[in-house]
Amino acid sequence: MIRAVTPRNAVVVALLLLLALVPVYSALSGNYFVMSLFTRIVILAIAAVSLNLIMGFGGMVSFGHAAYLGIGGYAVGILAKEGINSGFVQWPVALAASGLFALGVGALSLRTRGVYFIMITLAFAQMIYYVAIGLDRYGGDDGLTIYKRSQFGGWFDLSNKTFFYYLCFVMLLLTLYIVWRLVHSRFGMAIQGASSNDRRMRAIGFPTFRYKLVCFVIAGVMCGLAGALLANHTDFVSPAIMHWTRSGDLIVMAVLGGMGTVFGPVIGAIALLVLEEVLPFVIDVVSQLLAGHEIQGAREYWQLILGPMLLLIVLFARGGIDGLLMRSKRSESRG
Amino acid sequence: MLYFIEQCLNGIQLGMLLFLLAAGLTLIFGIMDLVNLAHGSLYMIGAYFAATFAAWTGSFVAGAALALVAAMICGMVLELIAIRPLYGRSHLDHVLATFGLLLFFNELVRLIWGPAGMTLPLPSEMLSAVQVLPGVYYPVFRLVIIAATLVVALLLYVLVMRTRIGMLIRAGASNREMVGALGVNIKLLYTLVFGLGAALAGFAGLMQAPILTVQIGMGENILILAFVVIIIGGIGSIRGAFVAAMIVGLIDTLGRAFIPDMVRSYVSYSAASSLGPSLSSMLIYMLMAAVLVVRPEGLFPAASK
Repeated sequence: MIRAVTPRNAVVVALLLLLALVPVYSALSGNYFVMSLFTRIVILAIAAVSLNLIMGFGGMVSFGHAAYLGIGGYAVGILAKEGINSGFVQWPVALAASGLFALGVGALSLRTRGVYFIMITLAFAQMIYYVAIGLDRYGGDDGLTIYKRSQFGGWFDLSNKTFFYYLCFVMLLLTLYIVWRLVHSRFGMAIQGASSNDRRMRAIGFPTFRYKLVCFVIAGVMCGLAGALLANHTDFVSPAIMHWTRSGDLIVMAVLGGMGTVFGPVIGAIALLVLEEVLPFVIDVVSQLLAGHEIQGAREYWQLILGPMLLLIVLFARGGIDGLLMRSKRSESRG
Repeated sequence: MLYFIEQCLNGIQLGMLLFLLAAGLTLIFGIMDLVNLAHGSLYMIGAYFAATFAAWTGSFVAGAALALVAAMICGMVLELIAIRPLYGRSHLDHVLATFGLLLFFNELVRLIWGPAGMTLPLPSEMLSAVQVLPGVYYPVFRLVIIAATLVVALLLYVLVMRTRIGMLIRAGASNREMVGALGVNIKLLYTLVFGLGAALAGFAGLMQAPILTVQIGMGENILILAFVVIIIGGIGSIRGAFVAAMIVGLIDTLGRAFIPDMVRSYVSYSAASSLGPSLSSMLIYMLMAAVLVVRPEGLFPAASK
């Protein structure tokens, strides 16, 4: 089904190796910022992969996916604040809460399709955002500091940054594996069938609503995991974690990397977040070339470049980075 | 009771504002089948233009008029450059592209006007309060907002239902290929409709500017509220947008005004201080969920879709 050596597979393997070697680089060079950045990238990649499961394969464009990041994060934060530090409690609660929210939102929003679905998922995420702002006891708008990372009874220690990075990395691999298995299962075929022609799938006897709902909940749970990891990474959780622009970022990652491919969103997450770090420097270099000196404050305006870039990607680079890699082997079926 | 009437008027005023945004959004969606996240940016730009032009001309009315024209021109230029290639693409493409535009506009405004917000001072005659009912005083400017928006709504109705342009707009909404085939310059029509939507959004922004601070990102939260309005009212229906905007405006305002007190009489003070605001901000989303359960297409679904 999949030919082993294609340019794309080579890139995937290279990226995974790169991700695996980030802590080694940090240890050798003493540059721990890179590891912190890549921990963030790996965590958000989990979220983007989960979004891609429903968006790329299921055709359900959710504009409220960051809500699960927030729910997972707040589950950890609130339990920590109430003195329950055990990860064996915090993490299952985070996953269960995300799953329940996904069940509710999915049950309501899957009754509609298309642009309604986009707006409704956005609206429900906004609702959770305002609920978090209203939580006076848990910091409200200012957020909640987590003084103790999730405890796993001495089995392992999340405050060890290298260990935490590898934990996130393993979780990403696990997520990728699950999504890959799901997509290639009967369940995944039914989801993709419903995405391309819902009526026909129902006519041949698939209860597509239930299939889609289960898929929606699975994606929510995965993203809840990312939220729990993110809260542990930053030792902090605030409503900003689920601001609606974050949901937009996740969509950008999935589309930038290549929607409807299992690994694409990881590429997208790396590309977007590295771009965010690199663009200010690029602006400095360009202003150096154009004006002969660095223009004061110009680097702050990197979003001025990112925004039109998104527009251009939509217009001219459909299929994202993954699509570009695939272009050399156009005749092959999508793996 | 007096407080209740005052809050009702506030709710109507919020509803009017939401209607201006939602009407533009629903018009653009209904006719061009375009999801426009950058609509909130036009609202923001309208407010910034109004503040700038008012300071420049020294008159609120002149500033507002200039800002309205400027917002409309901005919208039409935006349509020509960035929106036009998006027609016929998937909704996901629209979301992504207009999300990019929104980031761009936020940054552009920061570049031009600086990160600090602006204020738009009102002329003195609008600062006073009038007695609307015995014992109920209400700021003149908020009444002006309500009246002006009603006039705009009426004009919009006349434009869409009683003029040739409106007839073309309605025809374009139900079958754009046919309208194009009949020799109507559909591209020009789209640009006009987008400009009209931009003007409505800009008008909402400039009317709101004296009440709130003019700041970056001011259009985003209200844009999502406008989405809720459209979902409740039914996409593509201006009448639905009007009714839903009133409902959402009233429920949201009254909820925020009264629910925290109501909650306080049932649970302890500390619990209520969290629960009250959370509950009142959830109210309209619960309403949206309820509407979805009963009528997934909204209260007034557009007939053609």
